[in-house]
Amino acid sequence: MATSPARTALAAPAPSAVPAVHRWRSPRGRRHLGSQLLFYLAVAVVVLIALFPFFWILRTSLESNSEFVQGVGGANGLIPAHLTLSSYIDDFTQLHFLTPLINSAIVALATTVVTVVVASLAGYALARLPIRGGGVILTFVLLAGFFPVLAMVGPLFLLYRDFGLLDNIYPLILTYLVYTLPLATWLLRNFFAQIPKELEEAALVDGASRLQTLRKVVIPVSVPAVFTAGILSFILAWNDFAFALSFLDSPSHFTAPLAIVIFGQSQFQTFYNRIDAAVVVITIPIAILVLIAQRRIVSGLTAGSLKG
Amino acid sequence: MSARSVMRRFRLPSMGGAPPTAGVARKADRRLGYALVAPVVILLLLVTGYPLVYNLWNSFHNVVLSNAGAPQNFVGLKNYQELATATGFPQALARTLAFTAVSVVLETVAALGLALMLHRGFRGRGLMRAAILIPWAVPTVVSAMLWTTMFDQRSGFVDYVLGLLHLPGSNTTWLAGEWTAWAAILVADAWKNVPFIAIILLAGLQLIPGDVYEAARIDGATAWQSFRRMTLPLLRPALMVAVIFRTLQAFLVFDIIYIMTGGGPGTTTETLSYLNWQAFLVNTNFGYGGAISISLVVISLLIAGGIVLVMRPKT
Repeated sequence: MATSPARTALAAPAPSAVPAVHRWRSPRGRRHLGSQLLFYLAVAVVVLIALFPFFWILRTSLESNSEFVQGVGGANGLIPAHLTLSSYIDDFTQLHFLTPLINSAIVALATTVVTVVVASLAGYALARLPIRGGGVILTFVLLAGFFPVLAMVGPLFLLYRDFGLLDNIYPLILTYLVYTLPLATWLLRNFFAQIPKELEEAALVDGASRLQTLRKVVIPVSVPAVFTAGILSFILAWNDFAFALSFLDSPSHFTAPLAIVIFGQSQFQTFYNRIDAAVVVITIPIAILVLIAQRRIVSGLTAGSLKG
Repeated sequence: MSARSVMRRFRLPSMGGAPPTAGVARKADRRLGYALVAPVVILLLLVTGYPLVYNLWNSFHNVVLSNAGAPQNFVGLKNYQELATATGFPQALARTLAFTAVSVVLETVAALGLALMLHRGFRGRGLMRAAILIPWAVPTVVSAMLWTTMFDQRSGFVDYVLGLLHLPGSNTTWLAGEWTAWAAILVADAWKNVPFIAIILLAGLQLIPGDVYEAARIDGATAWQSFRRMTLPLLRPALMVAVIFRTLQAFLVFDIIYIMTGGGPGTTTETLSYLNWQAFLVNTNFGYGGAISISLVVISLLIAGGIVLVMRPKT
């Protein structure tokens, strides 16, 4: 795939939220109203498909064990006959779900911090400093992002084993950088490249060093992009399953997604009400992030892909 | 090197003095540039370059951890020959490619529709965008568990609705049959990934200048004509990016398979990544696993290269 996707892929932050709206030619009158209704119906269907499954796991998570065993149907329909928080209580008391949640939070936050620092420095250098081979480096970073996860699992398993780092959450931070660094580096590099050069030149002429300029001038105006890179990194690190499954062994070291899957496997009968309660819990932080930062997430995702 | 020592080393020679000569500053900037880029390159080489080389080495050797006493001697192409013969590799390859083709085509078509909807300015557009972003942003564990619940015979919504409407298919144990399991996997995969493609395509649509459509309209083009002749060709770069991302992700599908079916029933939903995981962590055969990993890398590159060749803009 060499260089051409690098050129077409990934560039400049998304176009502003103002779309070049064009409307299909719409005849006046009743037909227009009809097509509008049809359109909103389609929107409603899409939203329903996207969100209804969340309602269903919420619903299941509010069933008691005995209700769950009876199955859905009859009086126990769209809304359970009796709502109870017992699944949530079981998750945190019997299954100790708080520990994996904390593990996940530690790993995801640490990955985010490392990613943002390392990617900002590299992004700045790739956008502004006269290094040779910048294009090659950018292509390598992009390709690394496509590297098969399972092809990393074997050798890294052996590496961590040799260093006594298996069944430990901290090496996951290094591993998760493969999810986060390619996107964050491209995103920040593209953002820095768009900042007017004059801004820095003024500081440089005043005798500030490059790194002082980066810290005092460039980073302050780049807070939105850095924030976007951080949010996306957190989501990507929070969502990992394959590495946690491969490298972690004891329940007290599990990340939250791994803990949920192992809950399911370790029971003779699968109590989806309990599993779904945990699923609801790990979905909440992500849902909040999406709701407060959807514009940034969208622009970050597209910054990593188009134009250029 | 600490940030402070980096600052000392790479400070411009001019600090507080006369402006530097351009050449000196340029050289200092270049050195600083390499220092700043180094961490990303080193870290990514460690997690991708090192596994690549190690897998390559392992794939030509006998590396089986459960057989600890055995010497890790050179075995030539034995591990690669095993791919073609002994185990389920050819079947898994065919299955994985079929899943990739079907899921990417279906998801891209659905995403195109979604992107065109979102491209219209309408009230509630932000709400719809947030609604579809949440499925994309949640962990695969969530989407897999959520659809496992939805398809569950006793507690699932699918069964419940089919039963209420007296439709065939109620009382199906979806994940227990080969084709019904694949259907459930496809639904779960599409639900999570269509939004991603749609967001990329939406950005592509927004790059198309509005006056292109104006001109087409003046020339009397129908909506379908302007979509077919203007939108699709102009959308090609965005489509290419989205299709490459999604194809590679789909080809490497693992989480959803492991969680929803564990490769079953039997081995009928085992994909290449699943086989690779089994080779490493169940059979601890890092030689054979290495050979699978190398083939994953090679096929990924071939797929990406193929897509670029087919879809690159004609110049």
